[in-house]
Amino acid sequence: MKLPSLGLACLLALSARADDWTQFRGPAGNGIATGPKLPTKLDTGSVTWAVDLPGRGLSSPVIIGDRVFVTASSGARQDRLHVLCFNLADGSLRWERQFWATGRTMTHEKISAATPSPASDGRRIFAIFSSNDCAALDLDGDLLWYRGLGRDYPNASNSLGMSSSLVVAEGVLVAQVENDSESFTAGLDAATGLNRWKIDRPKKANWTSPSLLKGADGRTLVALQSSKGVAVVEPATGKTVWSYDDGASTVPSTTVSDGKLYVPSQGLTVLEPAATGQPPKQLWRSSQMRPGTSSPLVLGDRVFTMNDGGILSCADATDGKRLWQLRLKGPFSATPVSAGGFLYCVNEKGLVQVVDPSKPDGVVVSELDLAQAVIGTPSIAAGSLFVRSDGKLWRIGRDSAL
Amino acid sequence: MLAHRPIRALCLASALTLTSASAATPSPLAGALRELREVAAEGKGNVPASAAWKRVAAADAKAVPVILAAMDGANDYALNWLRAAAETIAQREAAAGRALPVAELRKFLADVKHHPKARRFAYELIGRAEPATARALLPGFINDPGNELRREAVQERVDAAAKDVATDKAAAIAGLRSALGYSREADQVDDIAKRLTDLGEKVDLQAAFGWVTRWKLIGPFDNTGGAGFEKAFAPERSIDLAAEADGKNAKVRWVDLVTKSDYGLIDFNQPFTGLKEVTGYAYAEFWSDKARAAQVRIGTDNGWKLWVNGKFLFGREEYHRNTEVDQYRVPVELKAGSNTFLVKCTQNEQVEDWTKTWQFQLRVTDDLGTPIVPTK
Repeated sequence: MKLPSLGLACLLALSARADDWTQFRGPAGNGIATGPKLPTKLDTGSVTWAVDLPGRGLSSPVIIGDRVFVTASSGARQDRLHVLCFNLADGSLRWERQFWATGRTMTHEKISAATPSPASDGRRIFAIFSSNDCAALDLDGDLLWYRGLGRDYPNASNSLGMSSSLVVAEGVLVAQVENDSESFTAGLDAATGLNRWKIDRPKKANWTSPSLLKGADGRTLVALQSSKGVAVVEPATGKTVWSYDDGASTVPSTTVSDGKLYVPSQGLTVLEPAATGQPPKQLWRSSQMRPGTSSPLVLGDRVFTMNDGGILSCADATDGKRLWQLRLKGPFSATPVSAGGFLYCVNEKGLVQVVDPSKPDGVVVSELDLAQAVIGTPSIAAGSLFVRSDGKLWRIGRDSAL
Repeated sequence: MLAHRPIRALCLASALTLTSASAATPSPLAGALRELREVAAEGKGNVPASAAWKRVAAADAKAVPVILAAMDGANDYALNWLRAAAETIAQREAAAGRALPVAELRKFLADVKHHPKARRFAYELIGRAEPATARALLPGFINDPGNELRREAVQERVDAAAKDVATDKAAAIAGLRSALGYSREADQVDDIAKRLTDLGEKVDLQAAFGWVTRWKLIGPFDNTGGAGFEKAFAPERSIDLAAEADGKNAKVRWVDLVTKSDYGLIDFNQPFTGLKEVTGYAYAEFWSDKARAAQVRIGTDNGWKLWVNGKFLFGREEYHRNTEVDQYRVPVELKAGSNTFLVKCTQNEQVEDWTKTWQFQLRVTDDLGTPIVPTK
């Protein structure tokens, strides 16, 4: 059989690349980019393009190949749910799909229905919203399936809004729909949207996102954080592999680095998974490293946390000893991301602050004021930082060749 | 958002025929559209719908009114499949420089029997093709049966009144009074009322929202450790307004409460003081002159359950997260004559100042939000 050469070329072009940013905090869920370096001296000339968005949102952009995907919500009741695809090169709109929310859209005024981040397996984009509506589209915007988890399970909602982002692993989309009432996590078949599994979860509002890690046998596992602690489950079955039960935050999420879990629990607690089924080993715990809304970031042998006011704390990742603190201009909700050894921190006023953490006590090397409120965590791909506000999406960085 | 009742059920039969919008000939897309309409809860029908969607989305612009017509009587899952297909066609046609069938879309929009969401989408498509045409149509939606079109037309009137304030206060007031009469969305009603109040006008917010204001309350019952939410206390077993019941610490009796609150708040802390870990019940009778579909709309940041005419309809155990008017919308079937509402309202253990509220608000409306007031 002769494959159409153009089709094959398109397929290859649209496959996930190492440089793609496939989900909240990137493909590894650790906020670290491994592709081309970003500029560190930012100024207004660093903005490659900026485009208007048709609605509000905090979700992180997802970048696959030459496309940038963003979700947004609009309407008096935030019940218009948008999935947008922009061209990476110039920010022009490639396509847009809108959906009508089937679940509750009420949120705290600071956030919106487009708070959870979408995820991609490189071939499809999966978008979830605070209403627990979940849509799967191919990269050209063709609808593959739709779920209204807030309609299917009408007490699965939060009057302050839901924010857990999606992860996809082993053909399963993991959606944490955890709240005070009908609280669950579901594993949806990525191809059909049907429930592969659905497990009850603690009845407590939870805004954290799942994290991916590798099990002892090399298979991908998913860490579900909640007020109770962390449950590590198999993505294919939802079966619990091991758990940590000493409580955890319901806002910042666990970061996985070098096989260890940096859990916002009792400050910051670092866990090393043990053999399958055995409880994890606690390596260290530090109340000094308690994160605010932002999740931890681990860069080499350093771990960083940010409090809501903008104090960036750096500790030795091996023992938790705090090494330095740097006062950034706050307040902060977004999680810092990293490329080329630098930290990119965006405060709630839209001020991007680039930090060189290799310097003693850390140094801010440049700032760029986007002059709009930014709550969501930025993304990195193609040598650029992607930042979104309620009204705009910016590409900051060089116009790299694809 | 709990109200699930398919809107425009009367259109179901005609929609299932899936004829083209302009003639009574079966659409070649009929089979595919039927697949899209058959999606249901928990992803049922997703697999055939995914294949059918590609066939529908590959159609040309003439199919758009047909797809919109297929929304009549469709469930909320199907609406999104249909919308995405119509949107895909519209964007592809626009990119190719081909025109949408604006005349057909206008005809579709004018027919208020069609699904409000489909009509609103038709309006958007008209606006993309002919912005001036859409703008000219907007004032005509001031009394529309669809929320979004109506809201925009009302807002246009509000905005016009706001411009009049400096030069013609009387005209501004008249415009706002008119807008208030047509507005059906709580936040918009609130905004218009505030504008009128700022101009020195009195606004009867209770009437504008249509709160149920006269209640019988009983409590406190226990809710230690949250156990009271699932426990059926005496009022859940039978309603006897003259009887005593075993409360949390003593015998309790029904007491009258008539709220004067602009926002219809039924405050259990008024008769029972600021208690924690307690349960209260509120009971009201509501006279309807006919049997009819309606929505009971509740706002509360306490745990709550609702029974209408003795039948449990919905409940939610969430405390002090957030509250707003029309926070929950529960579809009900009112019967002709007296209907009874029983609301259970639970208070938790939190002690912060912002967790002291132990209250709810309730109104009865049609699907659009028009208050239904008791006729006796």
